[in-house]
Amino acid sequence: MDDQATIAALRAGDEAAFADLVRRYQPLMLRVARQYVKTPAAAEEVVQETWLGVLNGIDRFEGRSSLKTWIFRILMNQAKTRGVRDQRSTPFASLGAEDGDGPAVDPSRFDDEGWWNAYPRAWSAVPAERLESKETIATVRDAIAELPPRQREVIVLRDLVGLDGPEVSEALEISEGNQRVLLHRARAKVRAVLEGELT
Amino acid sequence: MTYLTCREFVELVTDYLDGALPPADRERFDEHLDMCKGCREHLDQMQTTLRALRAAGDEPARGEVEGLDRLLDTFRDWKRSRP
Repeated sequence: MDDQATIAALRAGDEAAFADLVRRYQPLMLRVARQYVKTPAAAEEVVQETWLGVLNGIDRFEGRSSLKTWIFRILMNQAKTRGVRDQRSTPFASLGAEDGDGPAVDPSRFDDEGWWNAYPRAWSAVPAERLESKETIATVRDAIAELPPRQREVIVLRDLVGLDGPEVSEALEISEGNQRVLLHRARAKVRAVLEGELT
Repeated sequence: MTYLTCREFVELVTDYLDGALPPADRERFDEHLDMCKGCREHLDQMQTTLRALRAAGDEPARGEVEGLDRLLDTFRDWKRSRP
């Protein structure tokens, strides 16, 4: 069901459409909420409050962003309010040693002058079904789980949730530049893992 | 103006995709992209990686979702309260 159909169904009080939406986003919502509050129970409350906010706001939702992005904006606001009361679980201080170091691509792939030794393989031959398969998604999730915490937090918000750079840097209280450094490292590592899987 | 090497190019991809490269760097980036097949493949791999990440974010939960019953109660209350 696309966003328009889902929105219409929710407005019409379609319980199955709501249950589908919950199944789709609840795990990611809990994961994001967990970054801001101390306990799993508090994260669940944040998510519950978010769904209530979604229902109460659905008549006014104008579709300028995707439904998903809108839901997660509500979540971030709820989580921040709650996190301020609770003291957030993981302080997001300035960049640490593990956050910004290391090249995006294995240095042995380049010659002394900085050109490719051998061109990267083309992925254009990888069919969409393979890219969106359960196996590839599991590989991506495992790769994310291996990331240092700050890189993980940024890539989840940027690429899995779909927030933009300014939104993520505001949410995490880091500069846009630092946000982008973390994102760059995180994406580079996921790409390297996928390269092993897809080629 | 000096050319970018491939090693430099790969470090600018995230800034490029965010539209955050200063104009001069953007020009060098585009120039390199035009002449280098390897970096075109790399950029394509990064974009494919982003598609895979998005797919991972949209994957519905397998099995039961915790708290679904309570949420469905919330939904029914909300529905009843609607004008």
